[in-house]
Parts: sequence; structure tokens; C-alpha cells
Amino acid sequence: MFILVVGAGRVGSAVAKRALQAGHEVSVLDEDPLSHEQLDKDLSETWEDAGGRYTVGTALEVDALIEAGIEQADVFIASTNGDNTNLVIAQIAQRRFNVPRVVVRVLDPGRAAWYAEQGLHTICPTQHAIDLVERAALDPAV
Amino acid sequence: MYVIVVGAGKVGWNLARELLAKDHEVTLIESERRKYLIVEQELEHAVQYGDATELWVLERAGIQRADLVIAVTGDDEDNMLICQMAKEKYLCQRIVARVNNPRNLQHFKLLGIRPAVSATDLILRLIEHEVPQYGLVQLLALEGERLEIIELEVVAGAPAAGKRVDEVPLPEGSLIISVLRGGAGFVPKSDTVIEAGDEVLLILDPGLESAITPQFTRNGAGPGS
Repeated sequence: MFILVVGAGRVGSAVAKRALQAGHEVSVLDEDPLSHEQLDKDLSETWEDAGGRYTVGTALEVDALIEAGIEQADVFIASTNGDNTNLVIAQIAQRRFNVPRVVVRVLDPGRAAWYAEQGLHTICPTQHAIDLVERAALDPAV
Repeated sequence: MYVIVVGAGKVGWNLARELLAKDHEVTLIESERRKYLIVEQELEHAVQYGDATELWVLERAGIQRADLVIAVTGDDEDNMLICQMAKEKYLCQRIVARVNNPRNLQHFKLLGIRPAVSATDLILRLIEHEVPQYGLVQLLALEGERLEIIELEVVAGAPAAGKRVDEVPLPEGSLIISVLRGGAGFVPKSDTVIEAGDEVLLILDPGLESAITPQFTRNGAGPGS
């Protein structure tokens, strides 16, 4: 599969590396050239030598998305550090480029829940943390 | 009318002030603490502190009963999402969004957010009005209705100059609706003769400009070219 990851932070870069190691074709788009280090980290060779693609550009720029390969993408992962950016680019990927599988990271549980109802596959780390902390603190079985 | 304005920059602050002066009920929402405190000195309870892309902030402002939501922050993603949620989640009838970067206008359209207002675009239109390129000015684009109104200056020697309105070969889907001559405008009839120096207003289906312009410029070619 061809996987496009937008936003090479902790989550985005880790998922990108795992996908590459699993044999997928992976392209990463990030506005900061220095974010590339996140991808090289823990690899024995550079990200490109390992077969990955890296594009520097703004996620809302259609040209950058196309350069990063959105038209060929089977999977689109929106993992920038901004909820609103992620929600907008995920909808662009889904509605304009018809990417079959779109995953979007949203920190705010409220927005994550509502956009999930609208048909976006949202992942809310905050909600997971809330559930885990609640269980660790209050569940008598733990 | 109850209006929620998001973003207390120059645009939002002045909008809120004007709307209040016109006796509308207004809530202005600002997420930056420092800005909020300054604006609050003037607008008092009409301004609320918070990030309006969060649902609870919109709900606290009473979005369920808002007649109009205006998103004019400096961040296009925020403006898009605020308007999208206002329209689709809270079923607000009217929204207005500000476009900061005109390149993002396509995204506003994709998400069905209109009207989306871009200052750059408005200024560009003004420049075109003052310095018309090829003598053509787009006055109004009714996108929902798929119609445009344009203004053209009739150049001396143009094919249309000296012709009756019904003799000017215009493409199907276009119509001359007004002639401006000597500072006054009138609605032409089919036998009105168009003169060089006139300004004509046409209503047309979008995309017909290039077929119309040649009739009114000097190097005019036939219709459809």
C-alpha cells in the first residue's frame, strides 16, 4: 500500500517508520525540514536510503499534497500538531482526492467524537489517556 | 438578530462594534487572553474568552440560537471548522467566513462554506476596477445561480461600436443589460446603437467572457474565438 503521512511528529514519524518496515511505500509531508530527524532517528540508514519519501511543504497547499503523492495514496494519515489543520486536510483527502482510508489525529475529544459521526476515522489520544487514567485510578479490579 | 463573531482582531472587533450599534445582540469570542482583556474593557459582557473551535465554547456562547456566525480569525483552518460546525452541527442558517490566504478559498468551497470573504480578493477586484485589464471588469459573480455580471468598455474601432444591440453577435447565455454613456446609465433596447466610449454591462453564464470581449475591443475577432 501507498501511505501518506502528513506531520512528522512523534506519532506521524513512528507510524511512518513502522509502515516502511512492514514493506509499505511511505511518503511523509511536513512543513519543517528539521522534522526529517524524527524519521532518521533509530534507523541504521537515512529515511530516504531506507526507501522513504520526504516532502517539505504546507499541508493546506494542494501542490505540496500532490508532490507528496496524495493522488496515489491508499492511506492518508493526518498527524500534524494542529487539530484543525488535521480535520481540514483529512476532509480534503477524503472529498477531493478520494483517498480510500483516511485517519486523523484529533486531541480534543469533543471535536473527535463529532467528526467521527460525520464519517471521519478520528483517533483521539486524549480520550484514550482519560480512559486509561480513569481505569488505573478508579477500577477496583486493577 | 443574534450574531456570534469569532476573532477579536481589527475585523472582528469593529464588526462587533458596528453590529452592537445597530442594536443586534452580539457575542465576540477571542482565544488570546491579552487581546480579550483589552477588548473586554470596551465591549464588556459582549466578549467571551475561549477557543471557538471547541464545541463547549460555542455552546457557552449560545450557538444553538445564533442567527449568524461570523468567523474572522487569522487562521483559515479555524474559520473553516467554526463555520462547518455552526452549519452542520448547530444548523445555523447563516455563516460568513474570512479567507486569510486566497489560496485556501478552494478548501472553503470544498467544505461548502460560503460566503467566504477574502480581503486580498476584494482589493484585487478594486484594482481591476480602477485599472481594468482588457477593459473588462467582473462586477458580480453569483456562484449559486451560476451567473456573472461584467462591465466592458467599448473601444473605438471595436466590432460592436456603431452596431445595434441586436446586431452584436453574442454567444448564447449572455445579454447586454445596461449601457453607461456620458455619466448616465440606461437599459438598451434591441435597436439601441452602441457607441465607442460606452461602458456596457452584461449578464452571462460563467466562462463566456473570452467569447464576448472581442466584440468590444479593437482586435476583435468573430464570436466564439
